[in-house]
Amino acid sequence: MIIRILKRLLKSLPTLLGISLLSFFLIRFIPGDPVMLLLGERGADPETYKEMQKSLGLHLPWYEQYFTFLKGIFSGEMGTSIISKQSVQSEFWSRFPATLELGIFSMIFAIIVGIPLGIIAAAKRNSIIDYLLMGGSLLGYSMPIFWWGLILILLLSVQLGITPVAGRISVMYDIDVWSGFLLIDTLRENVRLEEGLAPFYSALKHLLLPGIVMGTIPLAVTARMTRSSMLEVLSEDYIRTAKAKGLSPFFVVAKHAFRNALIPIVTVIGLMFGSIITGAILTETIFSWPGIGKWIVQSVNQRDYPVIQGGILYIGFLVILVNQGVDILYSVLNPRLRK
Amino acid sequence: MIKSLKKNKSAAIGLLVIFFFLIMAFIMPFFIENDPKAIFENALRLPPAWMENGNNQFLLGTDDVGRDLLSRLVYGSRISLMIGFLVVLVSMTIGTFLGLISGYFEGKVDKFIMGIVDIIMSFPSILLAIIVVAVLGPGITNAILAVSVVSIPSFTRIVRSSVLVEKNKEYVQAAISFGANDFRILFKEILPNCMAPLIVQATLCFSDGILNTAALGFLGLGAQPPLPEWGMMLSDARAYIESAPWMVTLPGLCILTLVLGFNLFGDGLRDLLDPKLKGR
Repeated sequence: MIIRILKRLLKSLPTLLGISLLSFFLIRFIPGDPVMLLLGERGADPETYKEMQKSLGLHLPWYEQYFTFLKGIFSGEMGTSIISKQSVQSEFWSRFPATLELGIFSMIFAIIVGIPLGIIAAAKRNSIIDYLLMGGSLLGYSMPIFWWGLILILLLSVQLGITPVAGRISVMYDIDVWSGFLLIDTLRENVRLEEGLAPFYSALKHLLLPGIVMGTIPLAVTARMTRSSMLEVLSEDYIRTAKAKGLSPFFVVAKHAFRNALIPIVTVIGLMFGSIITGAILTETIFSWPGIGKWIVQSVNQRDYPVIQGGILYIGFLVILVNQGVDILYSVLNPRLRK
Repeated sequence: MIKSLKKNKSAAIGLLVIFFFLIMAFIMPFFIENDPKAIFENALRLPPAWMENGNNQFLLGTDDVGRDLLSRLVYGSRISLMIGFLVVLVSMTIGTFLGLISGYFEGKVDKFIMGIVDIIMSFPSILLAIIVVAVLGPGITNAILAVSVVSIPSFTRIVRSSVLVEKNKEYVQAAISFGANDFRILFKEILPNCMAPLIVQATLCFSDGILNTAALGFLGLGAQPPLPEWGMMLSDARAYIESAPWMVTLPGLCILTLVLGFNLFGDGLRDLLDPKLKGR
């Protein structure tokens, strides 16, 4: 088992190395002198220039620079942001929980709604319900989510005043960071201070709209995948046997078919981590959600290159590790995949 | 072809939507009076004509600096179709070429190309496009380039897997025994037989290209003002979501409909060209 996991990680090593190279050369591809870019137009006297060049290690040949860069990755030293003057590493980890909380919430939404819809569509194949559900799923799949977010704000926040427009929690509450997940931290605070559940509800309300927006495309994909996987299983012999035994159609679908249809569904859901990041970039920008998506877009707009460089590296590594983790999880869950 | 299109409703509806936008892009401009970039200073944020305070001169209202929204949407459809077309052209050409080489020669070349493809694919598409724009600088040309780069790997993978199957078939072996050179075998023999999945992918890439470029425009990294690009129009409209909601609803509705049209068409096309997958 451990050997298999190690083998997998070894296999993804070239990709990880490739990502580090991409991230390393990014700063060097930018037209113009990076030192001048970092210093800005005013601070260009020769002494500061030399100092900056030295502190960035740019006076060394490129392979030595790359080696220092790799060492930096392992020791967690990813440089400092030009704008905030804080280390890229601490900036990333302070924002990551916000994105993760939003991501988990949106995936739960997508799964809870998507799987039942897919099952219904498969059970009622080629009926009006099936067409409506699959049409809706294609609509969701084609959705420009940056527009969808604005429309939901327009309807639910502006017109009906149900949900807040931006942020993670009302400014009235000052919650200590413990896990970084506000839903957990507000509850912990509540236990400690006996404040009532108001902060928790506030955090939940703030999570609602961005969660739905971010979950829309995963929801559409999950529903489609569930339907096609169910259709495949429903045509198997053992389903016919189950029906012939006189089991109720509900029982056949829910128990016999669904359990076997679940494997490809779980695969797709597991591999959706990458699309969480895509969703986060757009959703966080719309809802001013203080996560890594908004952070990256902001850094690109402000040309904060160390942040872009570090951000790419972290996100790339995370996506690959999660995908590998999903793969390993499967061979544990599904005996048929074990070789 | 037309007969099977009639049977396949989703392809037919998709095609209708695409036709609608083609008409919008190439015929409607002749009937539009207002220039999409012209500014009417005394007509700021006018609502559509049928609403209160609407003006018949501006059928769908005006935006925050007093430009005719209908005219901007119509000219915007030109831009979006152009974007989709260019993205498909660039990414399909490069992707197909790499896929052919990779699948045909295998070995080290294959490993190298697929390694790069794996790296690109491990990044979320929008993030990678943002990185490319960060290097090249914002603007519509760079945005199209960025989105094209992101779309290359899926073409490469599809073509490569078709080539791996096709090259062992008898007609290829026959061509080899006749002494045909690699170039001829690749482009004259193998490529035409990989077309079906390639066409489907091109259709889906068209819609992805439009969506991703609009997203870049929305983030301020794509098209720049005063170009009437739908995604950028949306990002301008955000500030007026309460006072001028039509500025938000209309451009997004255009993006959604056009993307949906291409996805419907692509889905239908897949069923037509690859009957094995029907009903999935």
